[in-house]
Amino acid sequence: MEAIKFDPEICNQCETVDCLMKCQYIEFTDVAEAKTEKLKINAGEHSRVLDECLTCYACQEYCPYDNNPFYLLVERQEQLGLLPAPTPIVTEQLKMMGPKGKIQKEAVTPPVVNMCAFPMLTGSVRGKLFEGASVIVGTDIFCNIMWLHFAKNSTIKERVPKMIDNIMDYYLRDSGVDEMVCFHDECYGTYTNLAPAFGIEVPFKSIHLFDYINDRLDELADRITPLNVKVAYQRPCSNRLIPETDPVLDEILEKIGAERVPRTYDRENALCCGGVPRAHQRDDLADELVEKNINDMLDVGAAYCIFNCPFCMATLGQEVAENGIMPILISDLVQMALGE
Amino acid sequence: MKELIDRLKKIVGDRFVSEAPEERYIYSMDMGTMPASAPDLVVMPASTEEVSKIMEAANAHQVPVTPMGGGLVLSGLTRALKGGMILDMKRMNRITEVNPKSRYAVVEGGTSQGMLQAYLKKNHPELKHSVPDAPPIATLAGNVCIHGSGHLSVLGGYHSDMLTGMEVVLPTGEVIRTGSCSVSSDWFGKAPLPDLSGLFMGWAGTTGVVTRLGIKLFPSYRYNDLLIFVCDDAEDMPDVISRLTSTQVAEDMTPWMTPIPEWARGFMHINIAYGAHSKAELTFKRNLLQMSVKAYKDKKTGGFLPMPPPQKNRYMKIPTPDLVRFADVRKGGGFEYVGAIMAIEHFAEAYRAGVEIAEKNEVSYSMGARIVGAGHSMMFFYAYAFNRADQADMARAQKALEETNAATLEMGGIPWKAELPAQQQIIEKMAPDTFALMNRIREALDPNHIMNPGNWERA
Repeated sequence: MEAIKFDPEICNQCETVDCLMKCQYIEFTDVAEAKTEKLKINAGEHSRVLDECLTCYACQEYCPYDNNPFYLLVERQEQLGLLPAPTPIVTEQLKMMGPKGKIQKEAVTPPVVNMCAFPMLTGSVRGKLFEGASVIVGTDIFCNIMWLHFAKNSTIKERVPKMIDNIMDYYLRDSGVDEMVCFHDECYGTYTNLAPAFGIEVPFKSIHLFDYINDRLDELADRITPLNVKVAYQRPCSNRLIPETDPVLDEILEKIGAERVPRTYDRENALCCGGVPRAHQRDDLADELVEKNINDMLDVGAAYCIFNCPFCMATLGQEVAENGIMPILISDLVQMALGE
Repeated sequence: MKELIDRLKKIVGDRFVSEAPEERYIYSMDMGTMPASAPDLVVMPASTEEVSKIMEAANAHQVPVTPMGGGLVLSGLTRALKGGMILDMKRMNRITEVNPKSRYAVVEGGTSQGMLQAYLKKNHPELKHSVPDAPPIATLAGNVCIHGSGHLSVLGGYHSDMLTGMEVVLPTGEVIRTGSCSVSSDWFGKAPLPDLSGLFMGWAGTTGVVTRLGIKLFPSYRYNDLLIFVCDDAEDMPDVISRLTSTQVAEDMTPWMTPIPEWARGFMHINIAYGAHSKAELTFKRNLLQMSVKAYKDKKTGGFLPMPPPQKNRYMKIPTPDLVRFADVRKGGGFEYVGAIMAIEHFAEAYRAGVEIAEKNEVSYSMGARIVGAGHSMMFFYAYAFNRADQADMARAQKALEETNAATLEMGGIPWKAELPAQQQIIEKMAPDTFALMNRIREALDPNHIMNPGNWERA
């Protein structure tokens, strides 16, 4: 396994240190301090950033040079034994989410929709939008990107190649299929951003759900009834790895007549849903994030809160609903516009 | 016997006396490992007066009487060991009073947990009672009489601690009352009188028939939440439990350790349930609980599972469906557990003993506990599922149960609602004068030895 792709010289010459200066959760007195901390991380030394990091992935988006600051940070956390969560929480979840070896060969036809480790959401793949789709799901094809939140790059390095092999060996190769729709940002981020950075080869093409839906809406244009609703988007951490997909969502929403209201906490300024800090035992921070997100959605008069991350939806959905806003997956919102 | 049956039919009506073989078969066993022992007949009274007359008749004919509620004790305490009649109390299921201000309910002896739970939900949503993790048909009286515990036991102790008074038909037919209701029309509590309720709790139905009882009710909160603490060292558990209970905000705390699913093997979990009237109060209570074990969080040796609200729902069901799921893991309808009442400092020892015994006997197991009071004690359970149709499987479970009972006593604990062999083990360890006093009390209450004979007797 290659080391994470990263060029220290880029950081040495960086004048803005956006990766840290733009961080919404850690304060720096000035650029000089941020640079000092960043160089400590690069050198494999202890930095307070390694302790305070929320693991929101945002620095990966903020870096203008694609120098993988977040992947390196996680690498350093693990190397220095700075687990953000208690050891039993991490080790038990490692077992819980580990491959179960229950995967069986199955013939698939395009579009192949990868639902990752969320079998409870396979019902979302339905109707005209996903007509003829094959669904693959389970912990044996789990993208494993969540371990970035737990300083476990080693698990990613160990498991992701196996997951890729499983996808090929059990589904794609024998069916002569070479591409796959990733229902969640996590999977798409894993195969298109993380894997190259970690030196992991991906033999199939990944299609982001937004791209798939956007194309399908063109094909189904005559079925669309504009929704005329205001929606607040809860942008997930994993979309930070693939910001190029965010404008596609705008196109989708425009096609279905939904207005993505300009929240304070959207796009580059998106806030964590609060789920991960709870795993890090930082409930006070999680409470604050939930409150800020909800108030922000209420302030802009959103009728719907749209999610593409099932974990964000599970974390925030109930609170959102209790505040009179309908939580909904983006694919379900699109299906509403299609009358399904 | 015919003369007795005719007399019983006159008391309760023809429909409620049966000596049909199929009914005698059904009443001969529970779901546990104890062998079947059929009654000669089954009687279902509808009132205290009928129970009193039945006891007079049973005395006259010297026929054993085994009182039964839901029949779910699992340790075979409602089997008719020496024949006679099963006194099935399920027709006496009326809720006769709910006092919302003094927070108690008065119910008849056959009232089920589910009935009271549903009644309160509908008529007094601001109140709840402590529900054991048993099927809803388990009776309140039965559970109080075995010193049961439930989902409010951290708050209120054993269900016998939540008792406010009783109406009991003695083996000789007299109707007595214990607690305030023996003097007053109010069933508010046992104080300040001599506590005669103890004559009927923990005696396995050998001292009388409970026909009515008062139990404490508690506030039912609008907002409820659950935390699950996880660590991987059983030695830490007494301290963790002590810290969590010291906050005095939890309603229920139930540690669980199970090898199925595989990911859970080797980890100690504690479900901590709490409620509040407002979200702010709920957060305040959560913070107190979290602060109490901060030392473990700081050392990274323990912490709380991150669980979004939808995932918590399964753990917040009352009673929990998880034990029922486990109960059928081997299929074939066999399930029994040793509930070991013990001090919490024995947690690690109890856990190790359970793993050792289960692995040695190759039985499917699940272990857990219910914390009672502010860490005052716990009911540590070793649950074994078995296939009733597989004699070898059943024998393995029985052996594991016997070994667990022995280990429990060795650790200073006491098997709860002890089945016959465990009763013998307890008697062996009991102070001789204490057991002699038990016998003298029973002799006074039940001169003809008709009440559930075979139980609490030296073999």
